[in-house]
Amino acid sequence: MSLAQIIIESLESLNSNKLRSGLTILGIVIGVAAVIAMLAIGQGAQDTITGEISGIGTNLLFVFSGNNQANVRNVRPLTMSDAEALRDPFAAPSVENVAPVLQRNGVSVSSSAEQSNATVTGVTAAYETVRNYAVAEGNFITEEHNLGRASVVLLGPELAEKLFGRSQGLVGETVRIQGQPFRVIGVLQSRGGGAFGSEDNVAIIPISTARARIINRPGERVDVIFVQAVSADVVPQAAEEIAQILRTRHRTEVGLDDFTVLTQQDFLQVAASITGVFTTFLGGIAAISLLVGGIGIMNIMLVSVAERTREIGLRKALGARRRDILVQFLTESSLLSLIGGLVGIILGWLIAMAVGQFAAASGTPFDPSVSLSAVLLATVFSTAIGLFFGIYPANRAAALEPVEALRYE
Amino acid sequence: MTEPVIVAEGLTKVYKMGDVEVHALRGLSLTIDRGEIVAIVGPSGSGKSTLMNILGCLDLPTAGEYILDGERVSALKDDQLADIRNRKVGFVFQSFNLLSRQTALSNVELPLRYAGLTSGRKDRARQALTAVGLEDRMTHRPYELSGGQQQRVAIARALVNDPAIIMADEPTGNLDSKVGQEIMDLLLNLNKERGTTLIIVTHDPKVAAQTQRVIHIRDGVVDTETEA
Repeated sequence: MSLAQIIIESLESLNSNKLRSGLTILGIVIGVAAVIAMLAIGQGAQDTITGEISGIGTNLLFVFSGNNQANVRNVRPLTMSDAEALRDPFAAPSVENVAPVLQRNGVSVSSSAEQSNATVTGVTAAYETVRNYAVAEGNFITEEHNLGRASVVLLGPELAEKLFGRSQGLVGETVRIQGQPFRVIGVLQSRGGGAFGSEDNVAIIPISTARARIINRPGERVDVIFVQAVSADVVPQAAEEIAQILRTRHRTEVGLDDFTVLTQQDFLQVAASITGVFTTFLGGIAAISLLVGGIGIMNIMLVSVAERTREIGLRKALGARRRDILVQFLTESSLLSLIGGLVGIILGWLIAMAVGQFAAASGTPFDPSVSLSAVLLATVFSTAIGLFFGIYPANRAAALEPVEALRYE
Repeated sequence: MTEPVIVAEGLTKVYKMGDVEVHALRGLSLTIDRGEIVAIVGPSGSGKSTLMNILGCLDLPTAGEYILDGERVSALKDDQLADIRNRKVGFVFQSFNLLSRQTALSNVELPLRYAGLTSGRKDRARQALTAVGLEDRMTHRPYELSGGQQQRVAIARALVNDPAIIMADEPTGNLDSKVGQEIMDLLLNLNKERGTTLIIVTHDPKVAAQTQRVIHIRDGVVDTETEA
């Protein structure tokens, strides 16, 4: 018999018991839809996270005190003079700009009317270019502000909204940070949610003021030094130059750096491995439901073989060989799972889109992407499941003795 | 014409029912000539059904020799048996055994599909249905047909492949006597027109009386033969 003929006959046979076929297909639909949706959501999450990390800036490096990779005692903190040393154009030709930062989360900030908590960041003038901040109104922190420990502040738009109910016309207003008055000299442009939480709920003040009045750190310590490389290509050189300078200054032993230099690449790798695990985990759980769907197919095919024993006997009497019967039942089970797979792909895609819409509505830009490879994988895998779970029932049908089968009531 | 189409020598069939061995056939021998109309009769338990299964190549004898249309059937494997059934044997069953989801035409086409024919199947199936007088019922499904019409479809299916023999197992058993007689007339007519050998297994003496030779089976052997 030709394949087309077999497929038509199988469809007729599946059609003759619509409810049963439908429920069996549903098992596969749910499994495939779950796999597709989970992979799409995982991929979307990965895209979003890597996108945000890329948004940090491709030529940015982060220098922290301490080192997770080695067991280092007597960690020397990073200081203002470390930051100053990184600016040396001879020792660090790949470094464009350096911005040391003091930072504290959950600091009380209030206006005359409202009170809120925000991240207070003490910065130098270089921070604006290094972190690529833009000012919506007013001016950024200057060197003069730092030298004079001026009590001035730039507000993130979210914080401004909370304190004043608007984010415009605020220059000259006064806010209190931990009770101390600061004059507003500008409002930042919105940056949206970032890899390090919202970057709009911030108050930016001069680092010297921060050290003296808000964030007490012993000595000249800083929390993080942001370094801007000359270009994205020289980031690795910049990292090496920074490490050399700090090793000399901290007199560390070989292989025992007491600081960590991270690049955007490092963050991307970590994020990719985390979301990879996440996606595999979700996909694995979804695959279990696909397996359950496959068992459903096997169950229904066994019932079908038992019900159609006489028909099988008749077909054999009319000259059907083992192979003919085998192919017939395998085609039926594969069609069940293939139809389920195709419907499941569409349903999974819709679920992924719905999740994307939902995420977008709640303010997280998140775009689940159904990849071609996921679709192919689901199609091939679901058909393979139909074949695999169809083999046993089909074999049972094919092995029936014609005499016995014809006598079967 | 005295060329034999069926030669069976010392057919023995032993079934194992648990520990008990049941001897359904005990060295049965028989010869049937091409174009003959033969009735096989006998009480239940006589081995009649077993004989029919073996002559129809649905089953193999435990011992003995069976030659159908020049082929030594007793030496064949499963798939070869399927092929012999397809080409040389047409079955007509008491309960018709049509595929209920398919039209009369595609029911009749089925043996041709298993024969691997790719073209001309529809034409041959139409010819067979015309030969049994169902030219205006081709696209009906079994549940839209009367019992007699269903049996006609089954007969068309049996002869579509031009088999050497037609095995009819109680072909009139599920039909009233009038329709049953129509079916018998059709079978006899086909034998006359096409020369197809006809083997009818029956209880009904009226059916047996219309054949040329009646073979009585008892206790797994041929008891008596009566020629008309």
